[in-house]
Amino acid sequence: MDILRFITAGSVDDGKSTLIGRLLYDSKSIFQDQMEAIERAGQVNGQINLALLTDGLKAEREQGITIDVAYKYFSTPKRKFIIADAPGHVQYTRNMVTGASNSDLAIILIDARKGVIEQTYRHSYIVSLLRLPYVVVCVNKMDLVDFSEEVFLNIKQQYLEFAKDLDLKSIHFLPISALNGDNVVDTSPSMPWWKGKSLLHFLEEIEIHTEEESPAPRFPVQNVIRPQTTEYHDYRGYAGQIRSGHFTVGDSITVLPSGLTSKIKAIDSFDGPLTTAYAPMSITIRLEDEIDVSRGDMLVVTGKEPKISQDLEAYICWMDQKVLTPGSKYLLRQTTNAVKASIRSLEFRVETSTHEKKEQTSLGLNEIGKVTIRTAKPVAYDPYSKIRGTGSFILVDEGTNQTVAAGMLL
Amino acid sequence: MTNTHRLSHLDQLESEAIYILREVAAQFERPALLFSGGKDSICLVHLALKAFRPGKFPFPLVHIDTGHNFDEALKFRDELADTIGEKLIVRYVQDSIDQGKAVEEKGKFPSRNAIQAVTLLDTIAEFKFDACIGGARRDEEKARAKERIFSVRDEFGSWDPKLQRPELWNIYNGKIHVGENVRVFPISNWTELDVWEYIRKENIGLPSLYFSHKREIVWREDLVFPVSKFISLDNTDKVETRTVRFRTVGDMTCTAAVESEANSVDDIIREIQISRTTERGSRLDDKRSEAAMEDRKKGGYF
Repeated sequence: MDILRFITAGSVDDGKSTLIGRLLYDSKSIFQDQMEAIERAGQVNGQINLALLTDGLKAEREQGITIDVAYKYFSTPKRKFIIADAPGHVQYTRNMVTGASNSDLAIILIDARKGVIEQTYRHSYIVSLLRLPYVVVCVNKMDLVDFSEEVFLNIKQQYLEFAKDLDLKSIHFLPISALNGDNVVDTSPSMPWWKGKSLLHFLEEIEIHTEEESPAPRFPVQNVIRPQTTEYHDYRGYAGQIRSGHFTVGDSITVLPSGLTSKIKAIDSFDGPLTTAYAPMSITIRLEDEIDVSRGDMLVVTGKEPKISQDLEAYICWMDQKVLTPGSKYLLRQTTNAVKASIRSLEFRVETSTHEKKEQTSLGLNEIGKVTIRTAKPVAYDPYSKIRGTGSFILVDEGTNQTVAAGMLL
Repeated sequence: MTNTHRLSHLDQLESEAIYILREVAAQFERPALLFSGGKDSICLVHLALKAFRPGKFPFPLVHIDTGHNFDEALKFRDELADTIGEKLIVRYVQDSIDQGKAVEEKGKFPSRNAIQAVTLLDTIAEFKFDACIGGARRDEEKARAKERIFSVRDEFGSWDPKLQRPELWNIYNGKIHVGENVRVFPISNWTELDVWEYIRKENIGLPSLYFSHKREIVWREDLVFPVSKFISLDNTDKVETRTVRFRTVGDMTCTAAVESEANSVDDIIREIQISRTTERGSRLDDKRSEAAMEDRKKGGYF
């Protein structure tokens, strides 16, 4: 069994929480005590309010909206699923980015009565920017448009027209009614014209691509393990999680950014030595030579080096109330590395609903733009489009300690 | 495309948890691992062995003992710490009560659950812990489902669900101001079933409480409660002997048992797979109100 992590996106009242409730309910992942609790809370239009399953905060239940990401879990015999239920409000865009950053797939909900709206554009843009490999567009509330195939096809056409400018690899469309459960877990008798799978069936079958088969092996060092005991007197292991590709004992290794080289002497795990280890395994690597390696360094296979530079270009999503202005300094955290960085320039801001690039002098909360960054020390990285694990970063404001931006390196 | 090196869901969850534990070791000066002798924190200890051996843990194990714990859990706690040779720090809620810092609840179902936070915060201050690792899981409760893996708490230990830091990819931001601390949840993405499947896969030992045994009980609000010196019985309570086990282990005053014949990890996994109630359905502390957990967390609770 493997894991599929997905996010649900859509505007307020498009029925995201209801859809998740329906997936959990129809896949029998809701327990009796949870059901009793939401039944006690009352009904909406004669139906139990499934959204109450995911709106875990008092303020959310009071306002009937989702403020922050909720993570929900269910599994079928085929797969374990982790759902990031993300808010739809523009003001919580950063929480949507949080949910999307760890997802393999996005479900974008569209209200069949309203069609493609501004939030659909915005969310699709973010999904494209964060390079989620799959998008499933669920046209919801089909029960309110008489399960009309024409309505569904029109929305599909409208979406495809808009999405041709985006970098979305694989888009699927599904007509559903989350409230009634049509095409969610079981295919719907109300839409005999729909010959496709149900949403759950689709999620169970879709193939997940991971970075373990990447030709570029990457191992950021987290900790140096030095027991300094009699038994392990000379032990010096580099602990970390493989971000992509695989490493084998005997591989020639280059340490970045120093450029020092060695060979892998051993790959250790608590369960014993390994000959080869793959992403995303957490392991400990020992090298043949006593060279200087510490947290923040990256071990790569010699000849397959990533880019290394102090001048970086990136798209960033700004997440702080205090606006970004060129010249500001932050702490840049990428893999296990932390380095001081200054924003050299803001090239443009992207209008997420139209993809328009606008010249601007600052970037505000929830805005996305392209920047150039100068770092205090060289950073080893891959373009985000190649390897998410080494091409992503965050910016931390050293005054407030807040995470102020999510970045994707070019 | 067939992929022969795809990690199983348990291997993926394990690797993620080890990565998080190692981030704590790297990003904090004085972390601690909160260890109660329950199944989730026992798994954390096992994961820490995987993360740091052959080295020592870069943190002590810390238990906030309410004084209402099961003897079996305490015995297990001490034996495990001894076997692995790691430091165990215990602090007592009773001391906070004696010092007048915490006030015992009154009534028919008094619980020390909420005042545990007082002793925890004092312990954090005493040792200047900047990070506390805990075994909470997001599937346990709806407020927990909202919490980040690195959850920043202010100097009062308080959680502000509206002001959580964005948490992107697996880049964790552990930067805090003096006095603040971070609660870290490495097994956030595990479910109850994942924990049990992991216990089976790794052959992890547990206190006998989790397996079926005969015990004196009383019924309270449709829940099976263990008879102990900590609960007051009156003439409406009828003491019976039943075959039970515990699905979750907290204080004897707030943890209910379930009637069960499950005697092995395999039996328990089968039982959970067909169960129609949640694990925390047997926790009286969560049933107090719709937002019981959220309110406790805002007050500094784990």
